[in-house]
Amino acid sequence: MSDNAVAENAADPAANPTHEDEVLAELTAPVPEVGDGGPEMVQLLTPEGQRVDNTEYDEYVKDLSDEDLRGFYRDLVLIRRVDAEATALQRQGELGIWASLLGQEAAQVGSGRAMRPQDYAFPTYREHGVAWCRGVDPLNLLGLFRGVNHGGWDPNEKNFHLYTIVIGAQTLHATGYAMGIQRDGDVGTGEEDRDAAVIAYFGDGATAQGDVNESFVYAAVNNAPVVFFCQNNQWAISEPNERQTRIPLYQRARGFGFPGVRVDGNDVLAVYAVTQQALNAARSGQGPTFIEAYTYRMGAHTTSDDPTKYRVSAEVEVWKHRDPIERLKSYLVHENKADQAFFDQVDAEADELAAHVREGCLSMPDPTGDSMFDHIYVEEHPVVEAERKEFAAYHAGFAEEGGH
Amino acid sequence: MTNMTIAKGINNGLRAAMERDPKVVLMGEDIGKLGGVFRVTEGLQKDFGEERVIDTPLAEAGIVGTAIGLALRGYRPVVEIQFDGFIYPAFDHIISQVAKMRARSLGKVTLPMVIRIPVGGGIGAVEHHSESNEAYFAHTAGLKVVCCSNPEDAYWMIQQAIESDDPVLFYEPKRRYWDKGEVDTDSASRELLRANVVREGTDLTLLAYGPMVKTCLQAAEAAEAEGKSLEVVDLRSLSPLDLDTLKASTEKTGRVVVVHEAPTFLGMGAELAALLQQECFYHLEAPVMRVGGYNLPYPPSKLEEEFLPDLDRVLDTVDRSLAY
Repeated sequence: MSDNAVAENAADPAANPTHEDEVLAELTAPVPEVGDGGPEMVQLLTPEGQRVDNTEYDEYVKDLSDEDLRGFYRDLVLIRRVDAEATALQRQGELGIWASLLGQEAAQVGSGRAMRPQDYAFPTYREHGVAWCRGVDPLNLLGLFRGVNHGGWDPNEKNFHLYTIVIGAQTLHATGYAMGIQRDGDVGTGEEDRDAAVIAYFGDGATAQGDVNESFVYAAVNNAPVVFFCQNNQWAISEPNERQTRIPLYQRARGFGFPGVRVDGNDVLAVYAVTQQALNAARSGQGPTFIEAYTYRMGAHTTSDDPTKYRVSAEVEVWKHRDPIERLKSYLVHENKADQAFFDQVDAEADELAAHVREGCLSMPDPTGDSMFDHIYVEEHPVVEAERKEFAAYHAGFAEEGGH
Repeated sequence: MTNMTIAKGINNGLRAAMERDPKVVLMGEDIGKLGGVFRVTEGLQKDFGEERVIDTPLAEAGIVGTAIGLALRGYRPVVEIQFDGFIYPAFDHIISQVAKMRARSLGKVTLPMVIRIPVGGGIGAVEHHSESNEAYFAHTAGLKVVCCSNPEDAYWMIQQAIESDDPVLFYEPKRRYWDKGEVDTDSASRELLRANVVREGTDLTLLAYGPMVKTCLQAAEAAEAEGKSLEVVDLRSLSPLDLDTLKASTEKTGRVVVVHEAPTFLGMGAELAALLQQECFYHLEAPVMRVGGYNLPYPPSKLEEEFLPDLDRVLDTVDRSLAY
């Protein structure tokens, strides 16, 4: 830049705002209107941790013991710690990318804990909290993000399908799986260990996808035992809700012919209750439910994203006051359901889990070259086998050269 | 031996597979009461019920997407795509999910499903009803792609495709649906992935599949009258290719012409030409030549006879090969 240009810009600060100007502008900007979910939103714990009565949903949490509630807290803290560790591992170059669940822990733990072993979850790539509830070792989630595999667990072991990266595709797989449950006769028998349902996870951005809308149609006409669990975290990467929908998402369900409910996604109790109700309905043969868990993506879309480009920090500040962990902690403290020793113990456990994830990540073996030819087909395939041999011969050639 | 059409061969094959395995379910648009627009599934819903012969909403991504879910639950879905040109809404699920699921899961999950597609032109249809899109799928690792050309293969290949633990794209030559032939319903004469030398010859090999097999047989008949001996090989499996059979025929005749309805550019003929010149270079007396659809969108049906390879275009290329 020439001196003249500098002088010109100095005369007109607006033409080239300094960093200070930008900071000042943000500090003095009006606080954006931040939705609170509205009166229709089911909430059992206020952001301050006050228990509020709800005649429809109280029954789903009335049998929860103090130990169950402490268990929720433990889940929330541990999975947030895993998430932080994974983010750090990405920053240190150990993961190629990470999709953080920060802020969405209650939506995932509340729904994940509402499932029975025979139920099945179809996640996106952000359901680390659901994976935790299903019993998938968090370490197994890292392989995909480290680039050593595309999915490092057996889906049928914990009834937790592989992460699906194509937005919304898994909602159809979930619906088809639910149609399979129907054909197996595992709906409406009244047997607690037999009747099964499926949860399809997706985000607010996915509701624009044809697949998601088709899955609603297929689930409705088949009365399939599937719960559509939408975590509305307000942002589809950089696009806010207004770019995806002109009505509250939960209201869309009505047009497809099944109930929709909005729940405070940062209230683990409410999410647990609403998901219980929906799963019970599905298992007993009453068909699908759409749950919109109203929450917020506190972090970036992924570690490759920069949310400061498209949203203001004041919005994030508003949501910080609705933090899922703090509100449950306040409730546990005020109701004398947990003491400091418990909280300390959970923190210590979180550190241990983080260490397990870190060590496991660092010691995760790279796949061998020839393993990329594995598992393409069940039956032996001539092209795959020919190229496997070609690959081996090519690399063996280097070994021979090295031997000289 | 029983005489039946290709459509009936598939119908009987589906019936046999459904009787054998209760996990086989059929899905598609209008396949129930109507029996499909080509009547390939006629009578099956009546006999096996609505739970196993499922009339789906009119959404192809939904058909294949939910079929994936059923396969994950342990079913063997056989889906019908009503016409070749309507497969594209489901393309994402086939490429991104069906083909990749097994590799993604490190072999933990398999998707034994069959996607049936009536293929090709020659029926005077409106746009999107006459396409040959097999190369898209043959290009994709994780899928198998097969195409039947006669009633016997129709009957057996559909059953073998359903028995395959890998996902199979099953192409049906729609303009030949009503061609009749003898079917031995006692035992299959060959495996799903084997090519079939349908006519022996010594001067030149015609490689074809689906609707073009009959065209090639007619061409070989006509050529015989002129003293030329053409061998006709029905590929049957487009992916993987039965390279041994193709090589043997190429080495025997030294001349190859590939015939398909699909446009030639990056079509099956391109791959066959590349493979055969690589594998049989010193046996070839002429370059491997191709006869196919022109490289343009499928034309209005008044023009399709000029667009599609026919006996004369095949023989014209045969002559150029023989003169090389």
